[in-house]
Amino acid sequence: MARKPLQFHLNGSEKAVFVEDGQNLLDVLRRGVGDLTPKYGCGQGACGTCTVLIDGEPHLSCLTLAETVEGRQITTTAGLAQGADLHPLQKAFMDNFAAQCGYCTPGMLLAAKALLDRNPNPSREDVVEAISGNICRCTGYEPIIDAILEAAKSRGFRQFG
Amino acid sequence: MALHRGRGFAAINYPIGMNLGGDPSQALVHSNPGGKFMVALSSIDLGQGMKSVTRQIAAETLGVPVEDVYVDTADSDTGPHCMGSFASRGTHRVGNAVIEAAKEARSVMLEAAAEELEVDPADLVTDGKGNIHVKGAPSRSISTAEACGAAQFKQGRTVSGRGIFLIPLSEVDPETGEQTPVSCFAHAAMIVDVEVDDETGEVSVLEMNSAYELGRALNPRLVEQQLVGGAWMGMSHAAWETTEPYYPDRDHGPIDFNGYLMPGPGDIAKHNIAILERPAPDGPYGGKGPGEMCANPVLPAVVNAVFNAVGVRIDELPVTPEKVLRGIRANGGAQPQGRR
Repeated sequence: MARKPLQFHLNGSEKAVFVEDGQNLLDVLRRGVGDLTPKYGCGQGACGTCTVLIDGEPHLSCLTLAETVEGRQITTTAGLAQGADLHPLQKAFMDNFAAQCGYCTPGMLLAAKALLDRNPNPSREDVVEAISGNICRCTGYEPIIDAILEAAKSRGFRQFG
Repeated sequence: MALHRGRGFAAINYPIGMNLGGDPSQALVHSNPGGKFMVALSSIDLGQGMKSVTRQIAAETLGVPVEDVYVDTADSDTGPHCMGSFASRGTHRVGNAVIEAAKEARSVMLEAAAEELEVDPADLVTDGKGNIHVKGAPSRSISTAEACGAAQFKQGRTVSGRGIFLIPLSEVDPETGEQTPVSCFAHAAMIVDVEVDDETGEVSVLEMNSAYELGRALNPRLVEQQLVGGAWMGMSHAAWETTEPYYPDRDHGPIDFNGYLMPGPGDIAKHNIAILERPAPDGPYGGKGPGEMCANPVLPAVVNAVFNAVGVRIDELPVTPEKVLRGIRANGGAQPQGRR
């Protein structure tokens, strides 16, 4: 199979890899560049745990052809914390017990970040809408919704970005 | 077309653990030379908090800060035997094994400290902050790190302990038919309010109110998290999930999350929970553990609420709109049972 060069930015650093025809972005992130934070869930766009941000917009990386991200900015959960400082969303998830097994958490965090980046004062309904593509088996969603609303209120969110 | 409100109630008496050939779990505890403790288990943390709770139990028993305890559940090949994380048995069975192992490790740690301080180990107490001192004489003290270091580098002792907790198999008495399959019961009661659409058969949950009695809540936030999340797993079993919703055979069943339905964040409703703590006599520090009972009362409560709303008695889960509609049609229309 033909292999093509691909360059993109992952959490602010440049990445250059070879990808195969039809290879999806999730596979390139996990196996190609070793970022294991986006999870493989259903592999068909129904569960949301593989969510990453492409130029700030949430996308399902399992359904995204890797070639389409040439030159673009990818954000994964690995890019949320700044050194030892957790992102306000991560901190709010911890404080609100918004994770149990943790498998949906990366997708939830990024869906939430995309929301708060474009709408700093979301209503509860806005939050529900933003994570409606993400399935969680353990938490009953309520702690996740509470965490996202709390992060939106936290003063740190603006400067963290 | 009308929307009918209904209220359903369920109460459960929930056995902790199981009775299939005996129900044992083991734990091993040892210190490293720096005075940190490792608890080795084969009981897996699925996100329910097994690691957090066993860590608390070990720290409490050892008399050391919780920060000084690590729990390793990595590998059932190399760890001590455990029946597993199921049957709501983790906190109760594994917690008791951890207490036994930690007690043995603590006694060696105190013997090592006694040798260093030249006192009787029976006169020593821990302060829970990393120090061991003579009862009534706090100045005659040694840190747990120094005691564990001395044990290993000077005295040649392993600061370690083994623990097992076993509920033996209870055979059925051939004369009376009696048996004692479990030693510990938890309890719950739940009220569910629903709204049923008699045109579509759809059931939506308006509110849940519950009370759980599950021994001492060893970690109250983890208990709450289990109850909040587990109730929606129960709701999911009650109202959505099935592998066979389609006809005529399993080949037409769901193969993905588009067909195998689970609640999304827009489907949830308010759930008010009261936690009653009645410490279990044979539980670790009185704990029983929420486990599967988080989900269990939801199912009968929803079915009862649907009956209350439209007079349809569903006896096969899940409560799909189709079953509700067929029931309403068979009754010649919705038959609300009146406010409860």
